[in-house]
Amino acid sequence: MAYSNKVIDHYENPRNVGSLPKEDPNVGTGLVGAPECGDVMKLQVKVNPATGVIDDAKFKTFGCGSAIASSSLATEWLKGKTVDEALAIKNTDIVTELSLPPVKIHCSVLAEDAIKAAISDYKKKQGVTGKTADTHAQPTA
Amino acid sequence: MAVKLPIYMDYHATTPVDPRVVEAMLPYFTEHFGNAASRNHPFGWEAEEAVDTARKQVADLIGANAKEIVFTSGATESDNLAIKGVAEMYREKGNHIITCVTEHKAVIDTCKRLEKEGYRVTYLPVQKDGLISLDDLRNAITDKTILMSIMTANNEIGVIQPIAEIGAIAKEKGILFHTDAVQAVGKVPFNVNDLKVDLAAMSAHKMYGPKGVGALYVRRRNPRVLLSPIIDGGGHERGMRSGTLNVPGIVGFGKAAELCRLEMEADTKHLSGLRDLLNERLQKGLDEIYINGSTEHRLPHNLNISFAYVEGESLLMGINDVAVSSGSACTSASLEPSYVLKALGAGDDLAHSSIRFGLGRWSTAEEVDYVANKLINVVTRLREMSPLYELAKEGVDLSTMQWEVH
Repeated sequence: MAYSNKVIDHYENPRNVGSLPKEDPNVGTGLVGAPECGDVMKLQVKVNPATGVIDDAKFKTFGCGSAIASSSLATEWLKGKTVDEALAIKNTDIVTELSLPPVKIHCSVLAEDAIKAAISDYKKKQGVTGKTADTHAQPTA
Repeated sequence: MAVKLPIYMDYHATTPVDPRVVEAMLPYFTEHFGNAASRNHPFGWEAEEAVDTARKQVADLIGANAKEIVFTSGATESDNLAIKGVAEMYREKGNHIITCVTEHKAVIDTCKRLEKEGYRVTYLPVQKDGLISLDDLRNAITDKTILMSIMTANNEIGVIQPIAEIGAIAKEKGILFHTDAVQAVGKVPFNVNDLKVDLAAMSAHKMYGPKGVGALYVRRRNPRVLLSPIIDGGGHERGMRSGTLNVPGIVGFGKAAELCRLEMEADTKHLSGLRDLLNERLQKGLDEIYINGSTEHRLPHNLNISFAYVEGESLLMGINDVAVSSGSACTSASLEPSYVLKALGAGDDLAHSSIRFGLGRWSTAEEVDYVANKLINVVTRLREMSPLYELAKEGVDLSTMQWEVH
């Protein structure tokens, strides 16, 4: 299979590989996919409680080169976006940017799912720990 | 010595033609180009003589009589001819066939077609080591069973089935026994009489011969096996396979078979040495890697390893100057991981993480060294970015986790 140069670049120099502290109330974690399907993505966002902007994003992925590239690209795009802006990222944006072939579209879908899962986890944490639910995060005691 | 890149370690897929084989073939393209079926002039006689020599060379490799060799276009055709040919010829005797889940598609899909035509097929499972259970085989036999088709060596995991034992059971029960011997013939000792095999499929390009030519061994005595042809025409190959013989290809197949017979011992020593070196280097450099299939009953040049927590296609990307195969779904057109590895019951995740190494006559220790070093680096790097590796290191049992399956 021929890979686009962008996929190869992300595979060889993945951006933002790593983990953020799961317990941090300002960190949302998404873990999507399944080992038996050959793809698992863990994607984390750290939101600045004062501004609602994603300060940091990290990923770890078990999957093919396109899955690694999709999640690597997602972390790049997430940084500097507000939570709402992040939710607007569509899998088709990833497909276009990485020139993914049809058989690899599921990799981009998984990346979008991972973003949504991470943000939903963050919102849940905010809802539980920081009284003010919804979008604007509040510092927690 | 610097290794030449890319490195070929996919000898189960195909092999390069031995230069000695090419040399033997060349005169039969231009000089001795006759049709082996032309009975009335020297051009035909020369071609026929060359085919007879090759027939003897192939027969000698497997302990058969030259008259028992039917040349075909390759092992897929040989498997089709054996199974469909027996099914049709012995239809009145019974309609039941026994085979195995890890067979090559040339056998499985042929059996599936016969099922649509009213035959009954039992697909035996395999044990964890990739071998069938002889008890399962005995239990599957009915008074309608006309054929057993069990491969000699598996193309993915290289395990060698207990062919002699299966042959003995077949003989005892009066059932014909076909074996897809493509990966084994020329690589390990294979004698049709010792093994009590009635039919055996072979291919030239898996043993340093040319593509597009293969053979089916068809037993002539005790019992005399009869086949309905699947290709009709001029009645070549004793009526079992019509079509003008591929004389240069057959000459090459014969020469390749002769070389395999004469050099098998040296080849085996060379290959098992390199295979064990590769395994040793990987085991030393990495934890949690698992060999798929029996290590005891195995081809000398095969190594199939799962690298836990790392997906196969991403592994292949990291060693893109090495030609190997993976059981990962992403590397196949079907998007399903290897059905052979799934059949071992190791779990789909390990199937996705597998690499098949096939060494060959021209593999070197330097190549093995290069591949081992590169793999250790890539696996280590990919594990650092694997969420599964991270979870496992935290002590989470991945098999008990709830995954959201797409």
